[in-house]
Amino acid sequence: MSDVPLVTPPAASDSLAVLEKSRSTAETFGIPLAVLLEITHRCPLQCPYCSNPIELDRSAKELTTDEWKKVLSELAEIGVLQVHFSGGEPTARKDLVELVKHASDVGLYTNLITSAVLLTREKLGELADAGLCHVQISFQGIEEGLADRVAAYKGGHRKKLEVAKWTRELDLPLTVNAVMHRQNLHQLPEIIQMSIDLDADRLEVANVQYYGWALKNRAALMPTVAQLDECTRTVEDARERLKGRLTIDYVVPDYYALRPKKCMGGWGRQFFNISPAGKVLPCHAAESITGLDFLSVRSNHSIAWIWQNSDAFNRYRGTGWMKEPCKSCEFREIDFGGCRCQAFALTGDAANTDPACALSPLHETIFKQAEAEAEGETNRFLYRNFAGGTLESENGA
Amino acid sequence: MAGPRNISISEASRPVLPRHAKLRYDETRKVWVILAPERVLAPDEIAVEVLQLCNGERNVGEVADQLAAKYAAPREAILADVIAMLQDLADKGFLAEAREKTP
Repeated sequence: MSDVPLVTPPAASDSLAVLEKSRSTAETFGIPLAVLLEITHRCPLQCPYCSNPIELDRSAKELTTDEWKKVLSELAEIGVLQVHFSGGEPTARKDLVELVKHASDVGLYTNLITSAVLLTREKLGELADAGLCHVQISFQGIEEGLADRVAAYKGGHRKKLEVAKWTRELDLPLTVNAVMHRQNLHQLPEIIQMSIDLDADRLEVANVQYYGWALKNRAALMPTVAQLDECTRTVEDARERLKGRLTIDYVVPDYYALRPKKCMGGWGRQFFNISPAGKVLPCHAAESITGLDFLSVRSNHSIAWIWQNSDAFNRYRGTGWMKEPCKSCEFREIDFGGCRCQAFALTGDAANTDPACALSPLHETIFKQAEAEAEGETNRFLYRNFAGGTLESENGA
Repeated sequence: MAGPRNISISEASRPVLPRHAKLRYDETRKVWVILAPERVLAPDEIAVEVLQLCNGERNVGEVADQLAAKYAAPREAILADVIAMLQDLADKGFLAEAREKTP
């Protein structure tokens, strides 16, 4: 699935604060409010920016129904409030209704993050009856020509529109998740209008984040600075115009930023996800960092123990692991040195400053490279699949 | 389908939390929370009390009556606070108008 920003806080007011741990020191952390469950890596779409790792979990390695149920019970018990059923494509699992039902029974708020193409109206009804609280559907564009090409799935866009309609007919809240990049950013105004027409409550304008598959496809996806500025203006204008009607969450690509993003709210501070095979991960791209041993829910340890005590979570938690320029930086507890996966992917060492930061010695080089790629002519995708990727044919079929 | 959007809260409104916003006591953190898509909100004590009174039958004026009686406070001030809080919630998309009761 696409990138999933979690608990992006709106402006807090006195009577209605957003529950975010406002802890003063970097070393303390509580159980996350929301957990992402990537219940399978199987997916009929092949989006070139998929946030799943290059090395996908095969279905034989996936946790069983009973194992996922045990995970859900344990999460509720330790204080997690929301779960996101994601993937891969979560509806590719035949037991999804059973899992949603179990999550509801143990008191969890449930989100479904889906490509929608495998859903029938009947199945969506069953999910609603099982207590599903919210549906998030990814869109690749505004019309089938581009959208179906990005997903490499003919008829996908039309099906998504249909499922979005069913979602609202069943009185389920709908989020449109639009993953944006150079080849579809010009459609943003229409995507906003489409969200209104579909009666969505929320729109996520999520610019691609460049790890894993997206990093391999960076030259075909990287937007220009001008595109990005236009995108930001469009979002700001729509937010003002549609206040109270459509909530818009906005994720910018950080290559053009001066300050890096506070990735995942800081490693091991607010977020973990569970992979199809049951690994407990600090973020969905964490497995791209080699040399870390991620423990599984199949190990002898509880999820809470893994979160609090495992080496992988403690390695980059807080600020103790930092080198210069992070170590003495006044922003070190603001952004925690940016994204560890990006630092690893671009510098070879996850403990380096994320090159998205202007203080990174590599920032200038990376920025120039992105700029050059954005102006380039390469539009061919490397599609995501279990075979390690397939290059789009020259004529775009 | 969901209730009308762009809700404007007045004394006559009968607001309720929509299906996708759930008011719940969080046993782990010992606070009340509103669970909503990709959001967890932490209402303060008064907001919780107001939301518990908003059962889809009482209107905002009646909610203010109850609170004014309970706290022996001026009704006008309470009403203004209640409307401001509910409007804030409505603007964030977490409030619906109660549907007309079917006879």
